[in-house]
Amino acid sequence: MVGEKYMAPGHRTCAGCGSAIIFRHVLEALGEDVILCQATGCMEVTTTPYPETSFKVPWIHVVFENAASVASGVKRALKMKGNNHTRVVAIGGDGGMIDIGFGAVSGAIERQEDIIIIVYDNEAYSNTGLQRSGGTPFGASTTTSPAGKKIPGKQEWKKDICMIGLMHRAKYVASANPAFWQDLQAKVKKAYDMEGGPRLIHILAPCPVGWHFDSSKTIEISKLAVETGLWMLYEVEEGNLKINYKPNPFKPVEDYLLMQGRFKHLANNKEMIRKIEEHVKKRWEMMEKVEKEGINLLDLA
Amino acid sequence: MVSKKRNKNAVVIEGSQAVARAVKSCDVKVIAAYPITPQTHIVQELAKMHANGEIDCEYINVEAEFSAISAVLGSTAAGVRSFTATSSQGLALMNEVLYATAGMRIPVVMVVCNRALSAPINIWNDHQDSIAERDSGWIQIYVESVQEAVDSLIQAYKISEDKKVLLPSMVCMDGFYLTHVYEPVVIPEKEEVDKFLPAFEYPYPLDPEKPLTMGPLGFPNDYARLRKQLFEATLESKGKIVKANKDFKKCFGRSYGDGLIEVYGDGKIAIVSMGSLCSTIKEYVDSSKDVCLVRIRTFRPFPGEELKKVLKDKEKVIVMEKNISLGHVGSVFMELATALYGTGIEIYDFIVGSGGIDVPLSTINYVVERVKKNKEKPGSVVFIDKVI
Amino acid sequence: MTKISKNKDLPGAIITDVGSTAKNKTGSWRTFRPVVDHSKCVGCGKCERFCPEGCIKIVEKDGKRVSVIDYNYCKGCLICMNECPLKAISKEVEHK
Repeated sequence: MVGEKYMAPGHRTCAGCGSAIIFRHVLEALGEDVILCQATGCMEVTTTPYPETSFKVPWIHVVFENAASVASGVKRALKMKGNNHTRVVAIGGDGGMIDIGFGAVSGAIERQEDIIIIVYDNEAYSNTGLQRSGGTPFGASTTTSPAGKKIPGKQEWKKDICMIGLMHRAKYVASANPAFWQDLQAKVKKAYDMEGGPRLIHILAPCPVGWHFDSSKTIEISKLAVETGLWMLYEVEEGNLKINYKPNPFKPVEDYLLMQGRFKHLANNKEMIRKIEEHVKKRWEMMEKVEKEGINLLDLA
Repeated sequence: MVSKKRNKNAVVIEGSQAVARAVKSCDVKVIAAYPITPQTHIVQELAKMHANGEIDCEYINVEAEFSAISAVLGSTAAGVRSFTATSSQGLALMNEVLYATAGMRIPVVMVVCNRALSAPINIWNDHQDSIAERDSGWIQIYVESVQEAVDSLIQAYKISEDKKVLLPSMVCMDGFYLTHVYEPVVIPEKEEVDKFLPAFEYPYPLDPEKPLTMGPLGFPNDYARLRKQLFEATLESKGKIVKANKDFKKCFGRSYGDGLIEVYGDGKIAIVSMGSLCSTIKEYVDSSKDVCLVRIRTFRPFPGEELKKVLKDKEKVIVMEKNISLGHVGSVFMELATALYGTGIEIYDFIVGSGGIDVPLSTINYVVERVKKNKEKPGSVVFIDKVI
Repeated sequence: MTKISKNKDLPGAIITDVGSTAKNKTGSWRTFRPVVDHSKCVGCGKCERFCPEGCIKIVEKDGKRVSVIDYNYCKGCLICMNECPLKAISKEVEHK
């Protein structure tokens, strides 16, 4: 079973949880010589209800915003003990790593901490009841950005933590998806084998309860996110961009959006769907240009 | 009265620099640094030492105080002795992690250079910052002199790291009055400290060889039981603090009262206070006949029984403190009142030194005279908002 | 003086019994149960890959590799059913 050596079943995640699938794959790719420093969130409260724990590797949780800071301290301590092989991973959700934990992540990457930062992004503060976060995409309805008569869901765009990490001069940033598990594990393994600088992986984590879709569709929706171009699979190593997968043809963005209850109000809002399509198209154009012309993105930092 | 005997091993040094040198002698391996006046000279001195290769450690320039405390929590949990320092707003920003550190029983040691809390923003000394964290579970030691700051830092590691304690400690020293003053200090070398302070061995370090989980979710039944366990541990630490003070005297020849409180003089009117203000009060005691000083050194765990023993036969007790619990009275007074409950002694509360206003001998005299002349009601709080 | 209580908790709620959530049988959550038709299953492992609980195993059975679900932990999300390329998994209402 995937990751069973490192993570036990019996955790209290919802049926069909995308983050649970991600965790098993990530832990399998990391192996046992690792220390996990995790932020408060879905995958923390469901996996460690005292006196039980799902984790079979060393694991520490402190508070919501400080996973990257705790990881920095742990890695430095290992260094002082002469241990250069154990990898330290700061892992958290979009809330814990992109919003409240943003400062800690930013500081850790700027300091060039020798850690791996993993963000499992279910695009809301799911654990507390699906409130809007900086990772919630444009147009999504959440409990604090509901689609109402006057305001049709979140009106702001999603924070791009990969690019932010890159502009902080992260050694390696990558975007991954649980439906493309080989790519996901290859990226985690690559980050594991690197050392001497921060590596960041941003993973889309579909949430059946938060996004309002049937629990059986988690992987199908993950795949569709990639096939519509909305979730680009790419990696940037020392500033050099490589797009890992290009859909051919691109599926209509609407297919992905209207499968989810959180976007159902867009069925009558052609304007917003058009804006999302434009955004996806423009982004792909720019990223492909960068890749084709061999532009080193670190030159922008 | 500060001793007039000059120790030939003493160096005249800035308080912050003395603390930095003490950190080196304690064989600290991970330091997290974030600047805030008046603590900054400590981390700057450590940075200089690190850049010159004088101290073998990892030095992390974090981006905020909550990262500073989080990083040293992580490094201590991984089994390595660590250090950070802060003041005022920085300590307030660390608040949620302070509670987590104590709850997780991680023996972090931190120096707090006491400074007033905003608003208005103020960089000078009072005790509001660390007093506001008295519920967190941290051991709190308030020092009177730079020498005591150096010595208490060394003792704090021994107390916190004791396997029966495993609680974080803060050594509180007055901002500017102690951080920026130059005075003769004896700074023990690492070889001497090694005889008193054993190597750090955290019993449950983060280690892939022995995986474990730290910081789980606690449902009500478990939380209540674990919280009581923590509560009992904070009370048990008192004995270790007393022992550390005794053992320190054996190794270094210096001690501070019984480790929890210090009594100076035997007058019938007792002034209870904390921190560097006590040096001024000692001078006042020297020139009076009927006043004594009872200095609270360890505020947490609160030495209630010890205070009751030395104060129960006093005529009056005057608390002079640099903090106020808004909406009520000063915290030292409040806590002392619970310790003296049932004794019937008259206790008076004077809030002094707020935001760093000077508390000279004249103010102490004013306070004592008002109490002697029955100009204040016992149990009342008087807020002195100017230099008298 | 408070009596010091003796309990089995390690200080700070540290858990050394790693993987102990395995004691919690989440199979009781199910409304629907996925059922594998071993005659159709070719043991491709997609279901094993994508099960959030990690409770599906590909095993040797009667000379072929097939998918076996551990119903102690299966929450009935039916991702396995949705992802099976040969439609070898169907759903049944859970009978308690």
